[in-house]
Amino acid sequence: MALEDICNFNCKPMHKSLTFHTLEDTSSSVFTDSFDLKWRAELTSKKTSEVPLEFHVPCLFRRPSSQASQSVSVRRPFPLSHGTTTLGFIFQGGVIAAADTRASAGGLVACPAVHKITPIHSHLVVTSSGSGADCMLWERILIREIRLYQLRHKRRLSIRGTAKLLSFMLHPFKGTDVCVALTLCGWDKDDSLIYVCSDGARLQGDIFSVGSGSPYAYGVLDGSLRWSLSKEEAISLAREAVFRATHRDAYSGNNVDLFHVTAEGWKQRQREDLKEEYYRDMEKKGKKIDLKMQKLPK
Amino acid sequence: MEYLIGIQGPDYVLVAADNVAASSIIQMKHDYDKMFKLSEKILLLCVGEAGDTVQFAEYIQKNVQLYKMRNGYELSPAAAANFTRKNLADYLRSRTPYHVNLLLAGYDDADGPGLFYMDYLSSLAKAPFAAHGYGAFLTLSILDRYYKPDLTREEAVDLLRKCVEELNKRFILNLHSFNVRLIDKDGIHDMEKLTVGAK
Repeated sequence: MALEDICNFNCKPMHKSLTFHTLEDTSSSVFTDSFDLKWRAELTSKKTSEVPLEFHVPCLFRRPSSQASQSVSVRRPFPLSHGTTTLGFIFQGGVIAAADTRASAGGLVACPAVHKITPIHSHLVVTSSGSGADCMLWERILIREIRLYQLRHKRRLSIRGTAKLLSFMLHPFKGTDVCVALTLCGWDKDDSLIYVCSDGARLQGDIFSVGSGSPYAYGVLDGSLRWSLSKEEAISLAREAVFRATHRDAYSGNNVDLFHVTAEGWKQRQREDLKEEYYRDMEKKGKKIDLKMQKLPK
Repeated sequence: MEYLIGIQGPDYVLVAADNVAASSIIQMKHDYDKMFKLSEKILLLCVGEAGDTVQFAEYIQKNVQLYKMRNGYELSPAAAANFTRKNLADYLRSRTPYHVNLLLAGYDDADGPGLFYMDYLSSLAKAPFAAHGYGAFLTLSILDRYYKPDLTREEAVDLLRKCVEELNKRFILNLHSFNVRLIDKDGIHDMEKLTVGAK
């Protein structure tokens, strides 16, 4: 995607012949048409003059407050997936990002093994929450824009800049059904943890948890999180917070993904099934476990 | 849910804002600053819908600074307030209105201190004291009762503390800390954060 744009590669996708424009195509076509190897040339959008990108917002997407009666709204074939538990926090040993792996669509578990934490570059990962499709798309757009920035300016954009760029890119879609709540977790000399949401919120902080399971996660984290935790303690705290949230929240569950970001970059821990955490917890409480399911203590 | 308050004295303006950034029922941040520095002697306090506040406030902030770069002198608080109101009014009947409530506080070398109240319907009023949010319902009567035009700075801070104590006592939400700033002829001064203990 980024390489195509920078090389001015005019590849018309196959389904361009259809009458509707997907967001992806219009934005990349805008760039390939007017990007003529002037590396500093940037487009200005008519709507928000600060944003260096031009987005064609199809007339389907209209703010609920306006009274246009002839807007054709597309009926969704199934309810959008929204449930999740993701969290991120800073401690002395870096930044931890953790998330569950369940994608729910209404009452159905659409997929039990989704990746909700995506690396953007070697020192930044993003945890996603909200609508699965929107998050996947916007992560990809963000990866492309960060890579383009790096190619154009020969340095990596800071995390604060990344958050601002993402927030400005999402702004035209405020009031529509786009639902993304991303937490950028990275290693930076300034801010390391920033929460960006499609409502427009952009918050820097030391601890964030997002999603339907977030209140449960906050309950565990707020009590035990300290700056001076060791790496193992922080990882087990994050895992426990996700576990408790998935225990109570119906829309979170299955496995837990953990990323640890330090000055050397991000490291991913092996995905772990939360039932292991459940059995460990039961053992700790001294409860009897069904003999058939007994696991060896860790 | 959010609270802003401003009190104008004979040669200063005292402003305070709560520190909570919330998302539905969760407090996402406890130390969020809702004041935007427009220039050396003008502060814009901004509350309202999540993205609109920062977008609008930063837009005004950059435009005020652009004016200074272009013309060599700064906008006065009254001019900045009218500029802000005009922008709110222009966007009000567009497809993308900004839902923000503002207090603009500034010190003009010619006209003295000024406090301007603006709301999301782009009304503008210069007032000796003002407040935004549900907390305003509880505290405006306290301001009415104790305010006098020649308040000293200590008395103004006391009045502010009275308001915050009332919020702590009667407001259903827990707003436990407030950023306080004072603007006078020497610029913007950060004052001690006002915190209230548990009820």
